[in-house]
Amino acid sequence: MSDTSAPEAPTALPPVKRRNAELVLIILAVVITMVGIAIAGINLNGRVPAATWTVGLTFGAFAVAAHVAMRFVAPYADPLILPCALFLNGVGVAMIWRLNAITTEDIERAGVGMQLVWTAIGLICCFLIIVFMKDPRVLQRYTYISALVALVLLMLPALPGLGHEVYGARLWIKLGPFTMQPSEFAKIALVIFLASYLMSKRQVLQIVGKPIKVGRFTLIELPRARDLAPILVGWVLAIGMLVVLRDLGTSLLLFGTFLAMLYVATQRSSWVTIGLVMFGAGATIAYFLFWHVRARVNIWVNAFDPEVYEQVGGSQQLVQGIVGMAYGGLFGTGIGAGKAHQIFAADSDFILASIAEELGLTGLLAVLMVLLVLVERGMRVALASTGTFNKLLASGMAFVLVYQTFIVLGGVSRVIPLTGSTTPFMSAGGTALMTSWIMMGILLRISDNARRPAPQAIQDEGATQVIRR
Amino acid sequence: MNTTIRRLSIFCLLMFLVLMVNVTWVQGFQAQSILEDPLNRRQFSERLSEPRGPIQVAGENVAYSEDIAEEGKPARYQRFYNEGGLYTPIVGSFRQYGASGIEGAENSLLDGTDDRLAVRNFRDIITGREPEGAQIQLTLNPDVQQAGYDAFAALGDKNGAAVALDPETGAILGAVSYPSYDANEVVSITDEITAVNNYVELENDPRKPLLNRALNERYAPGSTFKVVTAAAAIEYLDAGPDSEQDAPDILSLGVDLPNAMGSCNGGAPDTLAHSIQISCNTSFANWAIDVGGENLSEQASKFGFNPEETLTVPLEVTESYAPVETDRNILGRAGIGQSNVESTPLQMAMVAAGVANDGEVMRPYVVDTVRDSDLSVVTQTSPETYSEAVSASTAEQLTEMMVLVTGTNGSGTNAAIPGIEVAGKTGTAENGTDLTHNWFIGFAPADDPQIAVAVVVEFGGGSGNELAAPIARSMMEAVVQ
Repeated sequence: MSDTSAPEAPTALPPVKRRNAELVLIILAVVITMVGIAIAGINLNGRVPAATWTVGLTFGAFAVAAHVAMRFVAPYADPLILPCALFLNGVGVAMIWRLNAITTEDIERAGVGMQLVWTAIGLICCFLIIVFMKDPRVLQRYTYISALVALVLLMLPALPGLGHEVYGARLWIKLGPFTMQPSEFAKIALVIFLASYLMSKRQVLQIVGKPIKVGRFTLIELPRARDLAPILVGWVLAIGMLVVLRDLGTSLLLFGTFLAMLYVATQRSSWVTIGLVMFGAGATIAYFLFWHVRARVNIWVNAFDPEVYEQVGGSQQLVQGIVGMAYGGLFGTGIGAGKAHQIFAADSDFILASIAEELGLTGLLAVLMVLLVLVERGMRVALASTGTFNKLLASGMAFVLVYQTFIVLGGVSRVIPLTGSTTPFMSAGGTALMTSWIMMGILLRISDNARRPAPQAIQDEGATQVIRR
Repeated sequence: MNTTIRRLSIFCLLMFLVLMVNVTWVQGFQAQSILEDPLNRRQFSERLSEPRGPIQVAGENVAYSEDIAEEGKPARYQRFYNEGGLYTPIVGSFRQYGASGIEGAENSLLDGTDDRLAVRNFRDIITGREPEGAQIQLTLNPDVQQAGYDAFAALGDKNGAAVALDPETGAILGAVSYPSYDANEVVSITDEITAVNNYVELENDPRKPLLNRALNERYAPGSTFKVVTAAAAIEYLDAGPDSEQDAPDILSLGVDLPNAMGSCNGGAPDTLAHSIQISCNTSFANWAIDVGGENLSEQASKFGFNPEETLTVPLEVTESYAPVETDRNILGRAGIGQSNVESTPLQMAMVAAGVANDGEVMRPYVVDTVRDSDLSVVTQTSPETYSEAVSASTAEQLTEMMVLVTGTNGSGTNAAIPGIEVAGKTGTAENGTDLTHNWFIGFAPADDPQIAVAVVVEFGGGSGNELAAPIARSMMEAVVQ
């Protein structure tokens, strides 16, 4: 890594817009959503439900509106991001409709709850960000404020009176009739904080260090003790989340994002190593000290033990999800033809298990591929953007998406212990959907800025140089 | 910084690869074994779309499936049960989220997936005939079952159980557990929510209607266990009906042990026969002490106590215990079926049946024949010996003494059937509450036993003769008259 201090040159891209390609892909996403609802209706009731048109076309209208807005406010933004996000959102809507339909007496009256409303709100947030945040670097000003906001948002549910417990996890707050999951917004604030903090401190974190050598080989480059402070704070917070709020999902997300961005900023793998070792040690100690951490691990390892299954808060939910996936097999039961509604939280935390059952391994892999494309486009935005802050912000957001998917699907399919977490764009739930769309807004804005052709100087009568944008 | 962003995106790709490989493993390779796991509770609801075999008692369906789908719609089989709660403890229920009784134990036969039906299944695939489950014929005798159930219903608010065996074969003629429940209430596939709510209500019912007391609840057998103690005395000490044993009015066993009637033989030594007849406590405590802990426990084991492996009929039967006691005081009480001795009603029925069948205990069973849907016999249970409890001569002496119980001046006169000799033994078991458990075991006719019974009225608070003997009598009458 010899090029560390060299100024970052923006990767040159020709000023292609590809908005028409975007439109085609968006229409495809909308058609897939409508076909999903239609097939679900046929499987459940024997005929195409009206929701194919009511829900499908409303969603389609939102999607096309978003596309049209893009042509005006961010014409150079990456053309794949919006279709991918809309596809995931649409498949989520179709699945939620199907899950609602089975519990609704008259299938024609089944809706998707607030999901369409939240989609609209999310898209509007996305639009507003693109319009009003001309340069995301303004966010740099709010380094510590965003840190504070992130902290407050994370801690809100712990407040008595405001906090609201659902299925044993204290992640929600209740304001009148609305319940919100503030930790979702905290992710954004956290990424903003990390991006601006690391931008100002990266030089120090990057260069100063003490190599530990074995013979000629540098084993690891240890940072100075005082530079360890931020990682220590991050670690204390993550372990604190795990122990106090009993929220393994957010804890993992927090610390993982932190390490990833630290690595991107400093280019030093020693940070990651130190961080992983610390988290491993902390988690191990927590495992031995706290029963709820042990319970989580036990459910993960011994999910198919009848005793663990029967326990209150045992592995029942996890097993239901896996059984659903098993029923899905390679090609799925067909949307609406399976029993995905028997899976716990089939429309939120376990929505990928519902997809796996009804669309099969094939459908699940398709959804994962689209998510992967979305994420890699996000990384591409980071590569193409100018300025350390933008790069950190974009890669941070892309990473949050991947990491969240990994935590939730990894939990559902038993790669890691199951922790409550939402699937980006798909899970029913307003806060999560809004957060995802806000992140898309920021990504699209950075992308638009990066890919927009440089302003051209025009010589015009005499000495005055006019810059035209 | 672009280098690290590229590395990070490769790392993201790797995370997705891990996920993709894992879901491929789960959905592609593990799927079959996951579906077969008993924790896959859906396999019960899944099979609602296939015709399930009936369960029969005396040739009549007590559980059967019927297609309730509208014409032209795909088949949906609803399980129906006849006779309310009468057969539920044995037949069980086939719910969306699990099954109990024979419905659970013989699930693979009833739904047609059992290997024993493999040839038929293969034939069905070739001929294109829709596969059907096998039908199961139970050994239960409807008259015996009904008599026992009605007798408990007449008692009203008492819980309890009764088991009747054919002593010669081990066939279970009756297995009553009271209270029971109507399985129809928990199996509806058209009103799932009510079905689940009803089941939850049953689960929370303090009278535990879901528990099959006949096979799965242990009680102190009290004086009915004196039959085992007497058997041990005859087998190990060469005692006979006339052998005498000290029978003080009060025997000091740590805490004083009195006799139920005050005195057995005016404080003088009492014969074994008389001690059985009037159920003398102190003499039997002394017999147990003379026999010794090891011998007493061994004798009990020969009747089926302390089993090495769980007995299945094919429902699992809870173990009954009569452990080896070394302490004199505890051993004395074990001799009268208290302290650590605990027995299921089925186990005590096996004691009665063993005595009735010349000392030979037959393996109890409740599934008689399994027939394929074309009525060809798949399996037929043939009687087999479970254990040799006592010699034929010991059995004869025990029978002789037990007949006295239902005779004049006996302790179990309520079990007497006019014109027929009935052998029996009452029991009134202390259980730490004010209300005793009330027992009766016996068989009839004494010279040619056709039915052996054990009845327990939980927390009856009366005597065995008062509460349990009439129930036993009506069940026996169902066969011998």
